[in-house]
Order: sequence, then structure tokens, then C-alpha cells
Amino acid sequence: MGVRTWIEGWPVYRQLTGDDPLGRGAAAESQRSRALTARTSTADSVARSVCPYCAVGCGQRVYVKDRQVVQIEGDPDSPISRGRLCPKGSASKSLVTSDRRQQRVLHRRPYATDWEELDLETAMDMIADRMVAAREATWEDADDDGNPLNRTLGFASLGGATLDNEENYLIKKLFTAMGALQIENQARI
Amino acid sequence: MTDDLLDGLSDPARAAGWADAPPRVGFFTDTSVCIGCKACEVACKEWNAVPDDGFDLLGTSYDNTGGLSANSWRHVAFVEQPALPPVDPVSAPVDALAAAAEATPDFRWLMMSDVCKHCTHAGCLDVCPTGALFRTEFSTVVVQEDICNGCGYCIPACPYGVIDQRAGDGRAWKCTMCYDRLGDGLSPACATACPTESIQFGELSRLREKAERRVATLREQGVSRAHLYGADPDDGVGGDGAFFLLLDDPEVYGLPPDPVVGTRDLPAMWKRAGLAALAMAAAAVVSFAGGRR
Amino acid sequence: MAEAHPVGFQWVMEAKSRGATVIHVDPRYTRTSAVADMYVPVRAGADIAFLGGVINYILSNEKDFREYVLAYTNASTVLSEDFQDTEDLDGLFSGYDPEHGAYDQSSWMYAGREHEGRQAEQSGQERETAAGLRAESHGPPIGHDTEKDPTLAHPRCVYQVLKRHYARYTPEVVERLCGVPTSDFLRVCEAWTANSGRERTSALVYSVGWTQHSVGVQYIRAGAIIQLLLGNMGRPGGGVMALRGHASIQGSTDIPTLFNLLPGYLQMPHHRQHPTFDKWVDALRHPGQKGFWSDARAYAISLLKAYWGEAATADNDFGYGWLPRLTGDHGTYRQVLDMIDGKIKGYFLLGQNPAVGSAHGRAQRLGMANLDWLVVRDLFMTESATFWKDGPEIATGEIVTEQCGTEVFFLPAASHVEKEGTFTQTQRLLQWREKAVDPPGDCRSELWFMYHLGRRIRDRLASSTAPRDQAILRLTWDYRLHGERGDEPSAEDVLREINGYEVDTGTPLSSYTQMKADGSTAGGCWIYTGVYADGVNQAARRKPGGEQSWVAPEWGWAWPSNRRALYNRASADPDGKPWSERKKYVWWDPEAGSWTGHDVPDFEKGKDPSYRPDADATGVDAIAGDDPFIMQGDGKGWLYVPSGLIDGPLPTHYEPVESTVRNPLYTQQANPTRKVYDRSDNQLNPSPPQQHAEVFPYVFCTSRLTEHHTAGGMSRTLAYLSELQPHMFVEVSPALAAERGLEHLGWAHVVTARAAIEARVMITSRLRPLRIDDRIVHQIWLPYHWGGQGLVTGDSVNDLIGIALDPNVLIQESKVGTCDIRPGRRPTGVELLAYVEAYRKRAGMSGDRYASMLTKDEHDG
Repeated sequence: MGVRTWIEGWPVYRQLTGDDPLGRGAAAESQRSRALTARTSTADSVARSVCPYCAVGCGQRVYVKDRQVVQIEGDPDSPISRGRLCPKGSASKSLVTSDRRQQRVLHRRPYATDWEELDLETAMDMIADRMVAAREATWEDADDDGNPLNRTLGFASLGGATLDNEENYLIKKLFTAMGALQIENQARI
Repeated sequence: MTDDLLDGLSDPARAAGWADAPPRVGFFTDTSVCIGCKACEVACKEWNAVPDDGFDLLGTSYDNTGGLSANSWRHVAFVEQPALPPVDPVSAPVDALAAAAEATPDFRWLMMSDVCKHCTHAGCLDVCPTGALFRTEFSTVVVQEDICNGCGYCIPACPYGVIDQRAGDGRAWKCTMCYDRLGDGLSPACATACPTESIQFGELSRLREKAERRVATLREQGVSRAHLYGADPDDGVGGDGAFFLLLDDPEVYGLPPDPVVGTRDLPAMWKRAGLAALAMAAAAVVSFAGGRR
Repeated sequence: MAEAHPVGFQWVMEAKSRGATVIHVDPRYTRTSAVADMYVPVRAGADIAFLGGVINYILSNEKDFREYVLAYTNASTVLSEDFQDTEDLDGLFSGYDPEHGAYDQSSWMYAGREHEGRQAEQSGQERETAAGLRAESHGPPIGHDTEKDPTLAHPRCVYQVLKRHYARYTPEVVERLCGVPTSDFLRVCEAWTANSGRERTSALVYSVGWTQHSVGVQYIRAGAIIQLLLGNMGRPGGGVMALRGHASIQGSTDIPTLFNLLPGYLQMPHHRQHPTFDKWVDALRHPGQKGFWSDARAYAISLLKAYWGEAATADNDFGYGWLPRLTGDHGTYRQVLDMIDGKIKGYFLLGQNPAVGSAHGRAQRLGMANLDWLVVRDLFMTESATFWKDGPEIATGEIVTEQCGTEVFFLPAASHVEKEGTFTQTQRLLQWREKAVDPPGDCRSELWFMYHLGRRIRDRLASSTAPRDQAILRLTWDYRLHGERGDEPSAEDVLREINGYEVDTGTPLSSYTQMKADGSTAGGCWIYTGVYADGVNQAARRKPGGEQSWVAPEWGWAWPSNRRALYNRASADPDGKPWSERKKYVWWDPEAGSWTGHDVPDFEKGKDPSYRPDADATGVDAIAGDDPFIMQGDGKGWLYVPSGLIDGPLPTHYEPVESTVRNPLYTQQANPTRKVYDRSDNQLNPSPPQQHAEVFPYVFCTSRLTEHHTAGGMSRTLAYLSELQPHMFVEVSPALAAERGLEHLGWAHVVTARAAIEARVMITSRLRPLRIDDRIVHQIWLPYHWGGQGLVTGDSVNDLIGIALDPNVLIQESKVGTCDIRPGRRPTGVELLAYVEAYRKRAGMSGDRYASMLTKDEHDG
């Protein structure tokens, strides 16, 4: 920074030489204020998304800087929401960036009094083992009249109304192929 | 020239040295279409990273924010009218209360999203000794967090009780009308989110025209008490940069009925103090230069 | 709507600014009421009386849109001579069978079709499997020889039956039953009818305030009758709109994670009704059926091909044998009770929190405490994941951590911005979301979880030759992997499979009409076919709303066939001309010989309005050129529903299962076909004419606040939402506060046979006592968002609610119940159990005392 620029940066200098002799406007503006810019305009990328709360389906724009979500706001292009969001939709950035979010797998052993951390791959293996075992233990081939049943009532699932169609499709497909019937979601509630 | 400079009525930004200032912008908050969703409160906090304001149930209808503060730059007020039936709930028999409820069908629930008024005569700005508060090129009034030293002079100077010091930080905070967004041609976060266009952002002169038309429409529809608050350039603050369409008296919403900026007489004082001010400024140059090392 | 769907409500506000009249009917004055032109308080659970009153007003004043009603509804169809109404049988329709608690529906049929009615046993089975509605659209064919009387004078025609059925639902009866003053009620009727007809349309909007009742389906039916009578269906600005509450709850019904359905509303097979592939398919398409369900064989085979690929062949019925079979009720509430009984080993909770969000929270938690293992996948820690250490039953000693053997896995989930995929919003619109960032830490999408779980299970069974394992091993499970970690399945691949493709070439299908019954096409959800038309992800379309027509057809993609309004053929008159210039939507272009308009016509494009099918025509060909309701067996909108409903062809007022009021219209108190589970851990409060109903003298209803979301997992965890509604509270009227000595902001507790919960008191005039049958009925209101986890915690309202379900869809009655409310906090620990038990004793509920389905006399026990 040259001396001249340095001096021009002084509010009082600007106040005395500029159009703001009282120093309440242009002359009072700090360098930080002058450099302010909306973080949406400096984002690295913008994803077109949809609000995860209710079923109105408001459009969202998700602004990303340095691989972090820095802002989520309404998508003005959406003919449904026209860029607007309710308080929940407006809190979406908190939802996805909250430090209260769980980011590690937790495991509670039977009769244990607290959680322990568990490796994700190990957890997946353990769950797969339990599904296969529950299915084996409760398999029903046919009813008393010999009609096929081809099923297990050994495990159940609840959820799906906050999930994607593609996810629900795989849930139903895998569970059905395993002979599991007891698949439900919020739509029953 | 000095009078206009100090009054800045017609063009506060230009009067504050913004030679190429864009037209003055502001908020028109039309309470007749507010649904009290509080999207404005949340959108403001998300954008400006304003801390939460505590988790207290206040019991004032659905308002748990309580008022504007350093940590709440938008505040939605909820007013239930009448608050209770015209019979004393403690002494009256239950049947009488029930009958009273049946007989008072004209119950109403008013909602209003309050915000800093960005006054034409901004008391906070007038008294700020550090230059932290300044008039932007958009004619809004903004506290600069890098300048504010937490002296607190601005707080009693606000006729609306808006500006506030943040506990543990000490500095003064309030609505900036999203100064950073305005510079990029965006609307403030609250107005962007508002689902029902209760909060409208735009050129102040146009908003005032629009608001006048809205009042006329409502009055035609029989809403006789609809009126504008803060839209009059001749009021005690020279008109607000954020004004409101109200359906009842300002006090009902917790607004002062006739706000007067305490520094209204400043122009005269400034004339007398002109030379002294220049002398002080010169002294400040010296001290700035000295402090730089 | 303003409370729970504020952004959708912008359109109501816009309509209002253009002169629309907004009417809000609700037990409590809400943020919607605040901006409505008219707010009408109503007693919770009395909606059919209200809507029936509107129907009566329309019919007795001949306010129906007669031309529409004659042409497009079944008003003129003549019913069986055997049909008897609830007005004849004191609250029952003809055919009630006490043994099955269900109806023999033969007498409900159109004249000459009696033999096609469901038997009582079958009807009872359909209740258990939530299959009743299948018989509506997939029901028996209706021949052209069905008797009709276009003069509507025949005493047994639907119009006259409807008129007689609702004749007693006068404004005075509405006032007595609903607490709505006659003058207010008539203002609603006048506004609604005046704004309907050729030039104008009215929209009817509801949410779970209608579905969560023991007569929920009939609530919606009653709304549909009004909208059909007034000509508001299939027309712009009309309709019956369900405002659903979760981002993809419509999608999770279309591509169901529901026990009774396969994708595209194909029924899961039943062990006795569908032992063979052909029997199953015939039950879906009903040979001889008219309309688009007649091609169900192609939809079903395409689904099986999508599931099992090359392994699905004509020789093995395309893998039908691998589908598991229903034997009865396997719904979420049955499951929970089975968990308590130790019948279920494992449980997955995928973004769902039943410990707070489902009825009878205590049963939910006791059930989970009796599992071998539980997998919870969510963004934040939920009450369902921690019941074993800090649930309410820990305090009462009913669950002891060291004795609770449930193994619990908590797997953190990816958020909506950390994965790509489609949500289907409440108007059937699919919108693709782009991924913004990768999920942090161990967070993963459900797509990742299911894919890799399936992969592991297939690995474990790889060497098996057991027939049962072939369904898993032969499953198509080969999605491309991508993403930062290289292991995220491609959601677009899955969407392509859902859309469907030609098996030989892999070319995506453009329409379900291309699906074949020979195994040459595959497709995971026939109603979604077209979402990948031309190999393009149509759900990702984002043409700005301002750059296209008001219907905005190029934003996302709506099923079916990108159609934004269903049954829109009805927006034109029988000749194909718009009913009015003002309400123009789709119409017939005689020169072009095709249907055209603002939306994709919901009709065969080239079918002339004058087209009349041959007498023996079936399928789509059997739909006449002026029959807009193309999924129905007769192409008509059904004012009267001869088949498809378990509880009756016409909505009739029954009291809620828990009510403070004796049904003023009939001896029969509550829905005689409701689904109940009579067990000591699911007792229901006594209602008149049972004794001791006065122990629970008040009505409670529950719903959402704008500031929170469902069970709170996505809102009570966030500071900016928690501060806005930081505490569990209960709203009471000033009169009730006086009666019970409740103080504003003080504590109170609410008691039912299941639980006592505490809350802070909000005394407000937004709740007002209603005068019902010359006595005062007090209603209280509670939000249901609170639980023990999160930034703001409190007792859960769903703990108050017992399990009693609608017979058609097995959804619980959670929008109304009875309770007591007392000042002060509730007891804690074991004292709480004793406190609730004392209430049950006072209410005569010790032992096995359950209300019978049929109300026999004035002291029915």
C-alpha cells in the first residue's frame, strides 16, 4: 500500500477532501465495508435443489465455496415457490451445516449403558449378518393350505417420506426380494 | 446548502457524500398480508450469522422473540384482539364466558414484522462518535462492525429502541438491510424469503406510491383503520426507510406513535460548532497518523 | 395452510388479492384464519356433518352444475333394489356382518350388478390389507346396459339416494353437531356455490386434519362429492388438493415403502386371493375392465422385469413366485404391537422417529425395547435412537437400560444437498436435486446404504442354491458407482430403471402405453414412465417459471405423462368445448382432430368427443369421448361409490372413536368397520353411550406449528427454529382455563388412558368453547413436535393417543381424542403410572372392557 493510498484510506482525509464533510457517509465507510460482497456471488458453484421439509417442493439454490455450503436460498425461477422460503426452508443451511449433526456411526451393545463408536464398514457387515440371520430364523415358505408365502416377518422398516424416489425404490426392491413385507413410511401415519 | 446537507431529506445518500448514489431504497412491510411465519427472522439470521436470542417462552401469543435486539434484526409481533373475552375469566361462570366467546366473532390476530427503520434523521448515526454508523450509498444506516467500539451512545439515541449492544461482544448491532447483498444487486434476505410479499424491498419512492394504493384498496374494502406508519417525510424522523402498513394504532404493535429523533436540532448546533469541529478533525488527523505505527 | 405450508399459501394470498374469498374451517383459529375472509370454528371430528350439510344445501337448492353432473358423474345411475341407507338402518348401510365387522357389499352395487359386490369376509380381509380402495379403480366392469335415468327422477338413482341420505344434514343439525352458527354455515354454502359453475371454480384444500381420523377417507370423499356436484373437478382453480407434509411423501406412496403396495399402486399379492400370477394380474386389471387399468398385466410384468431382469421369464411367471405374500394386516401399528409381543427381531428407521411421531409413543418405545436389533438412520440424534437410556419409560422404570437387550446402530444420513435424486411434491411433481457437496464423515445416502447392504447380503448368499435366495441373487443390482469416494450408486441409473426401457436395446420408454406384457419392456413404476423420455432426465428441467405458460410444463415432470391437472378432460364440455372462455384449460380441436390446451390432455389425444364404444368394448376403447374419469370403470366421477370403500358408499357422520358427544344422528356411535386392536396396552377412553365418558371431558386436537417440523428432528435441533417456539405448550380457551383453574404460562398436564403429559398453558381466544346439543364442549390444542432430544425438549403429544384406524387405509385417528386437563405438572416416576391407572379405573377400564363395533343400546359396554 503506497503512502498516498494509505492516506486516502483515512476517513478524516476523505471527510475533508470529499463530498461528505460531516463524515457520516462515504467518508466514514471502512475498508471492510467497501469490500463487502454477497457470498452468493463469490461461490464456487450453485446446485439447484429442493427444500427437504414439507411437500410444497420449493426450489432452493445451494451455494458452495471451498466445498462448504455457504448459503441456501429460494430459487426465483421456481414456478411453485418463486424464490420464497418459509422459516424452516430458510433454516436449511443450519440443517446441513449444524455441528450437532451426527457424523459418526454409533453402536449400543445389548444391555449397554452408552454408545460406542463403530467403523462404518463393520456396522454394515453386522447389519447384513443380522438381516440374513433374522430372515433365516423366521422364513415362511407356505401357509397351512400350501399356498406360497415366501416371506419373512422377522424384520420391519419405517421411513421414506423424507427420502428420494430412487432410495425408496431400492428399499422396496431389496426388501421385497428378501421376502420382507413389513415396509412402511409416514404415508401410513 | 448546509441545511439540506444536514437534513438530507430529499436525498440522504447524496448528502452523505455519495455523488453517484443510486435511488434510496427501503422496506415496505404490509402487515395486512403477513402470516406470521417468521421466515424473515430466520432468513436474516442465516444470512447475517446473527446468534440465537435464547429459548424462552414469552406467552405473548406466538411471539417468542420479544422485540428487536442485537440478536434479532427482524421481529414478528403477534397481537390477539381482543386478548380476552369481555368477561372476567376468573369470576365469571363458564357458561357466560362461552356465551361471550360466541358473541365476539370479530376476533382478529394481527402480525407485523418489525425492523430497523433506517430513518432519514438517524439518531444513532448522529451520535456515533467513531464513524461506525454511517449512511450508505443506498441511504440505509449501517453499523460497521470493524469500527464500532461498543461505546453505546447510539442506543438511547434511537427513538424506536432498535439498536442494541450484544452481550459478551459489546458492539452495537442491527439490521444492515443486507448491505453486502445490495451491493451485488440482490434484495435483503428477509424480503427475498417472505412468502406473501408482506416485506417488499425496492426504491423507496416507488414503495411509497405502492403503499398509498394498497391503503386505498383496503379502505375501499372496509378496512377503515389501514394506514401507513413511517412513510411521512415530515414526521419526527424525517420519514423512515422502512415503513409499514398497519391495521391498528402503532402502540398496538409496540411501535411509538410519534417517534422524534433526539438529534433533530443538530443542524443548528452544527452551525455553531462548525469551526470547532474542523479543529477537532485536524487534531484527529494527527492522532491517526501517530497511531498508525 | 399458512401454518404448515406458508410458501404454498402465497397463491392463496394472490388469489385473495384478485378477489377470491378465502374460507377457513378449523377447530382452532390459526395463522390461516388470521388472513381468511371467513373463519369458521368447528368441532373436531364433525367434518362429515359439516360437509354433508353443504351437500344438502346444494341438492335442496338445486345449486349443482347440472350439465356437468349429468354428463360426468354417476348421478343418473340406478342402484340395486336391495340398497338400504344409514337413514333407514340407524347408522348402518345394508349388508353389515357383525362377525367380520364388515359389510357384504352386494346391495351397494348398481342395479343388476349385485353379484359383483364384495362378501363380508372379503371386505374384512381388504380392511386388514388396506386393499379396499383397489376395488374402486380396479373394480368390476360396468356395462353399457347399466340402468340410468337422465331425468334424475328415479327414486333409486344416485342423485335421489344422495339427496335422501343428506336430507337430515340441515343447517340446524350442522349447528347442533359442529357448533357452527346457522348464519355462518349458510355464508359458507352461499360463497362456495356462488363461486362454482360454468364461469367460476372453487378449490378445496385439506391436510392430515382430514386423513388422521377413523373415517378419514370418507372425509375426503365428502369433499369430492361437493366438488363433483359443483363441477369443480378436472378444471383450473378447482379440485380437492391434499397438502402433504413431507418432501417426498407423495413419492413414497407412488414408489411405496408401504406393506400393501408395489410401485405404481400395484397391490402386493395375498396368499389366498392371488396364489397364481394370473389371479394376481386379473385382480389388478379385472378382465373386461374399462380404462387404463386394463393394461395392468404390462405394468406388472415390466416391474418384475425391472426387478429380476433376465431371470424373469414367461416360464417362471416373470418371477411372481418370488414376491412375498400378505396374510393380513402388516401395517406399522400391527408391527409395533408385534414387537411388544416379541414377534419381530429387527427394525429399520430410515429418517423416521416413531418414538415421537407415531401414535401411542409408549407402545412404540416398548416395542423397540423388545427387539434384537434396531438400525436408525438420521441426520441428528433422535428419541427413537435413545429410548434405551433416556426415554420416558426409563423414568417410570418400564424400561431398564441394563435389562434392555436391543442392539442399536445409529448411522448418520446424508442431507438433501449431499446427494442427488428426485422428490415428488404434493402435486405429483418430480423435481431432481443436484448434489452440492459430499456428505461429511460417515454420513451416507439411503441409496448408498441400501445398495451396499444388498451387495453384502448377496455376497453372503452367493453360494446358496435355496430357492428362497434366488430372488436376491437374481435381482438386478448393478448400478454405476461414482462420487468422491467412488462408491455412490448413480441415482440417474435408478431413475432410468424406474422410468423403464426396452429390454433389448436399453432405450428408455417415453410412455407407459409402450409397456408390453411379453417381457420385452422393463420399468420400475409405470406411472413414472416418461420421466426419462428421450433419455433425458425430465425431472431436472428448470425452465424459469417466468419464461413459460402459467401451467409451467417445463419445470420438473409430473406423473402421469407430465400432466399437471388430473381428469382435465372435464375442463371442456361433453362436446369438447371449454365450459367458458375464462376457465379454458384443455379442449378438442376439431380441425386437428385432437385434444389440445394449456396442459397435457388427460385423455387419448385423438379420441373424438362424439366417440361411443361398442357394447362389448373393453379397456381404453370402452371409454367414451365424453367420459373424463378415465381410471374409473364407467368413466364417471363417483358421487356414490358402489365398490372400493370398506365403510360405506356414502360418507356418513360417525363420532370419533373417542368423543364426548353421543352421535346425534344415529344409534351407531362410531365407524362400525374401524380397525381396532383391543389389548390392555391400547385402551381407548370410553365414549357415550359407554359409562364414565365424563372422566375424559374435553376434546383435544393436535397439529403443527410453522416453526417446527413433525417430530422435531429437523427443527428442534436448530437454534434459529428452536428459539421461535422454544417450549411445549397447550392452548386453552379463557373459559376452560377458568373451569380448570389454569394460569397463563403456568404448567398443566393432559391425561388420557395412555399417558399424562405436561405443557405450559397458553390461554387464548383463538380457542373457543362450542355449543353442541345445548351443552358446552371445550377443545384444547397441542403441537406434536416435542420429545426428549434436541435443543428444546418437552413431553410428546403422541403419547396421549391410542391406536384406532381408518378401515380403508389403516391410518390412525390422531386429530381428535378425549382427555382431561389439570393445573400443575404431571407426577413423575412410578407415580405417573399409578396416576394414569387411577384415571383408567375411574373410567371403568380395568380388565378387558372394550367398546363393541356395533353400538347396541344406551349403555353399550
